[in-house]
Amino acid sequence: MSFWSGARTILRPGRVTETARRRSDLEQARVPASTLRGSVQLRHVDAGSCNGCEMEVVSAFGPVYDAERFGARLVASPRHADALLVSGPVTRNMARPLAKTFDAMPEPRLVVALGDCARDCGVFHGGYGVEGAVGDVLAVDVHVAGCPPSPGAIVDALRGLTGR
Amino acid sequence: MTAPPDVAGAVLVAGAQILVVGVGGPLLLGLMRKTRSRLEGRVGPPVRQPLLDVRKLFAKQRIRPQCGSWLFAAGPIVLISTSVMVAGTAPLLTTRPALGQSTDFFGVVFVLLLGSVFLALAALDTGTPFGGMGASRATTIGALAEPALLVAVLAFSIPAHTSNLPALVRDGLSNPQVIASPGRILALAAFVVVVLAESGRLPVDNPSTHLELTMIHEAMVLEHSGPDLALVTVGESMRLALLLGLLVNLSVPWGIATASGMASLVVGAVALAAKVVLAGIAIATFEVFTAKLRLFRLPELLAGAFVLALLGVVTALVAR
Repeated sequence: MSFWSGARTILRPGRVTETARRRSDLEQARVPASTLRGSVQLRHVDAGSCNGCEMEVVSAFGPVYDAERFGARLVASPRHADALLVSGPVTRNMARPLAKTFDAMPEPRLVVALGDCARDCGVFHGGYGVEGAVGDVLAVDVHVAGCPPSPGAIVDALRGLTGR
Repeated sequence: MTAPPDVAGAVLVAGAQILVVGVGGPLLLGLMRKTRSRLEGRVGPPVRQPLLDVRKLFAKQRIRPQCGSWLFAAGPIVLISTSVMVAGTAPLLTTRPALGQSTDFFGVVFVLLLGSVFLALAALDTGTPFGGMGASRATTIGALAEPALLVAVLAFSIPAHTSNLPALVRDGLSNPQVIASPGRILALAAFVVVVLAESGRLPVDNPSTHLELTMIHEAMVLEHSGPDLALVTVGESMRLALLLGLLVNLSVPWGIATASGMASLVVGAVALAAKVVLAGIAIATFEVFTAKLRLFRLPELLAGAFVLALLGVVTALVAR
């Protein structure tokens, strides 16, 4: 890519991020852990999701919704994380890895359950490979409803954690 | 050099420099992320985000591996100590820093390398596969970048007949034609490549990657948590600010304080901040236009830097 075609690619669309909702319009006003105010690092774990939630997470951190401007960031290690972002029903194979990931996180730590499957297993309820909902394995602090939850809903939930 | 030792002044200068680099380093990181975000069409996190991250990390629990030795704990401490040491003694705000007579350019390179070595040892100490992989990659890149840097330092020091860092900056101030000499320009080009490699920026390493297999520097710190991670973050960002600060003061020394005293220190701080901000924005803009090099192509890039530095030495010797 030459410099000029790159510069055109940057300049033509301009800023694509949508204007943020006012903080007072958000439903959740209370910050669950005050030490995490302004900065929340997230470790995402797919515990058996259909990947619908993952696509919405990617959108939430993409240029249009841009969750990073509110102080949330995805990280590569549970040691760096403040909150665990869990999607999907917890399958039998993922129950232990999920619990071990949570154990690897330093205090204070939160659990965000993402999507309807994480709350009540959704369409996978009663499946032979399903251990249970996220709440059966870990204590859930915040739940994001939807199948899949919209990127806007994910951003709102994360703003509830960072208080921004 | 003939002035009597002024301990209070030296402490003031060193403290001011450490403060400016310690706070400015994370802010520089935030500024570079902001620049990248803006060019990607995002709003991006605020410039002070790395400072918020560090403040939070200091309040978090520290987890250390049960099977780890003292090396794991020593890694972040040695890293931040070396950064603070160089920040205190390098010619950043003034051409007469504390212990300026002993601030040798070669010595600064070795002290900064000590921090990288201890970070790699701490990564190996955990015994995790990613830690070992990151350590081996970082050491490989370091082994290729350091010779280029040392030869570039040699090219810098030939025209000035000294490798004393404050003297090099003073030389640039008093003889501006030295800065534009071919030897210096070649050495400066090599220095820029090495700064990118040493601070883990594109095209050598992607600082914002989440994929463990593509990580170089990030893979080394995957096991650090809480205050340990905060020290690593501050130490690394200070090192980036230091390398950029030395780069701009060697290539564009104007604005740096030549006298002692509060007022000239403030002027020096403003000049340094302005120059480093421009350099940081330039690097972040360059990063938007470039992709990470394949790992096996890196020796070519760093060998190119080495050749540039060597040409700089030859040119400086011929022009002498």
